[in-house]
Amino acid sequence: MTAPAILPARGLADRLTGTFWRRPGLLLVLLITPPLLWLGVVYLGSLAALLLQSFYSIDEFSGVVKEEFTLKTYAELFRAQNLDIIIRTIVMAMAVTLACAVLAFPIAYYAARHAKGAWKAAFYLGVMLPLWSSYLVKVYAWKLILAKEGILGWAAEGTGTGFIIDGILSIPGLEGSSLSTSPFGTFLVFVYIWLPYMILPMQAALERVPNSMLEASADLGATRGQTFRTVILPLALPGVIAGSIFTFSLTLGDYIIPQIVGDSSRFIGLTVYQLQGTAGNTPLAAAFAVVPILIMLVYLSLAKRAGAFNAL
Amino acid sequence: MNRLKLLGTTTLALMTGFSPVLAQVTEIGAPEGQVNIVAWPGYIERGETMKEFDWVTKFEQASGCKVNVKTANTSDEMVALMNEGGFDLVTASGDASLRLVAGDRVQPINIDLIPSWSTVDDRLKSAPWHTVDGVHYGVPYMWGPNVLMYNTEVFPEPPTSWNVVFEEMTLPDGKSNKGRVQAYDGPIHIADAAQYLMFHKPELGITSPYELNEDQYKAALDLLRVQRTLVSRYWHDAFIQIDDFKNEGVVASGSWPFQRNLLQADGQPIASVIPQEGATGWADTTMMHVDAANPNCSYLWMEHSLSSNLQSDLAVWFGANPAVPAACTDGRGMSTAETCTANGMDDFERIRFWTTPVSNCSQGEGACVPYYRWVSDYIGVIGGR
Repeated sequence: MTAPAILPARGLADRLTGTFWRRPGLLLVLLITPPLLWLGVVYLGSLAALLLQSFYSIDEFSGVVKEEFTLKTYAELFRAQNLDIIIRTIVMAMAVTLACAVLAFPIAYYAARHAKGAWKAAFYLGVMLPLWSSYLVKVYAWKLILAKEGILGWAAEGTGTGFIIDGILSIPGLEGSSLSTSPFGTFLVFVYIWLPYMILPMQAALERVPNSMLEASADLGATRGQTFRTVILPLALPGVIAGSIFTFSLTLGDYIIPQIVGDSSRFIGLTVYQLQGTAGNTPLAAAFAVVPILIMLVYLSLAKRAGAFNAL
Repeated sequence: MNRLKLLGTTTLALMTGFSPVLAQVTEIGAPEGQVNIVAWPGYIERGETMKEFDWVTKFEQASGCKVNVKTANTSDEMVALMNEGGFDLVTASGDASLRLVAGDRVQPINIDLIPSWSTVDDRLKSAPWHTVDGVHYGVPYMWGPNVLMYNTEVFPEPPTSWNVVFEEMTLPDGKSNKGRVQAYDGPIHIADAAQYLMFHKPELGITSPYELNEDQYKAALDLLRVQRTLVSRYWHDAFIQIDDFKNEGVVASGSWPFQRNLLQADGQPIASVIPQEGATGWADTTMMHVDAANPNCSYLWMEHSLSSNLQSDLAVWFGANPAVPAACTDGRGMSTAETCTANGMDDFERIRFWTTPVSNCSQGEGACVPYYRWVSDYIGVIGGR
């Protein structure tokens, strides 16, 4: 007696499995609908609502939002004080990104190509560790480090290097009574907070550079400098750009750091927070929120041209 | 057609005008078992932050109404929560209360149902931020001044004027005030500048720091631009300001008694004063939602807020002043005549309470600069414009 080739379905689960096997498309639809709904409704939907808001305006007289299509709110972005905010934010984001790239490259290079075994683990841990503690705690800690009577000021006084801090604070645009009230302090904290997001993609890119290419380069008589410039750097560039996307966009949107460290000058994130939260000027807040989106679109298209997404 | 329109609008006006009055509660029935309150952080304590600060537990035991608190950090958040609904009470500041009344979000209070109403400070009973056309839309809760806090080592004598934070000058310790003073990081600070001008430039004709016409407003902004050159950082979070007074060399700033109390408790050489120009301040009111699901518990809570240890202990906890003056002296809580004086209890007349600037003011229809412009211009001033 042999068993039949097709067993009768033993219950609901068997029938379901059968249905899915016969119609693989059905399973796909079932699996993909929730994330698609999430992306479409919650994510893109809220973005569309934001865009819509930015085309409304606030009634000058009563301060009530007028739900009529207008470009007036966008025109307001070009008022001097608002342009200041946009330029200030972009300059800060660029400076932070550059500093992060310069600082992160040697670290990522060493971790990816030289560190071995326990050292490698220690490097990973060292880079990741700051991400384990609360963001706010780190920012408050930096406020104390940079304060006039903080550790840095104390150490500078003890070693007679206070003139360096005074020198930085006397540069036009970076003035403040201490590092913690100077835009330079804001910059330092931004660099510290976002550095891991630059190191990790860089390290991943550097690890993928094949040793054989370096050997070939050496065999062909290239010096170490030439190998670095013509082989390693171009191959690692997508990682650098990927990291810069993180640091750039995170700096563009942050609204906590400039509130705690710095001279209280507004950045885009903080302005949005205030316009929406305390002024009830949602249209202008929405228009401001569109600015980083546009900047990032330009940035991403430039990054794409540079080949940052070729590895995807 | 026009008559019809007129008739329609009149009926509408009558309905919107009177329906809340009709909705007023006439007697307190059986407690519903809970009351939902929107409150400032620290306003409703049940002994969980510090054991001795508790004004909820006893109320819950006595009334059988469980108190559910939703904290809100800004007046706008409070207005938004009340618009959403689902709450019974809110502790609204003067820059939110009238918006709630105008938006028909709160209902008139039948003061006959609140036995302790008679104990409320006479100056607050019919305050314009909760009483409209003689109708009470709330029960006063707490009030406090925005004082000038200073370092006693730099100022052996209390400063007599707000000029230490508005104009460049040499402080008693021989050094400039540049980089050593702070200002509030909120557009309402424009009112402080206006109040300063009210005293020093009477020719501007400012009658209220919350009702400024274009010229008066411009003068206030100019003053704030001078202040920008003196201030290295604006304060916005009470604890950051406390830290700045300790570690950043800040010696004078507009502040709240809350920070002063904490700094003094920490042994810092800090005191505060209300200078000759007077001060701005805030006054909060417990208001009841127009669709409150738990009106009986709400009324019981409002009575409790006036009659219990709440007024006295909250005043100490928050560095504020009770709406019931007797709470300072009758020993129902931790307040004493001294703590109340320190919090500014005797300076009521010198305080101009926060209200939302609107364009239709006592100077005429559309004569005043509305709040949303205060916000964008103050951003400009802080940005160095």
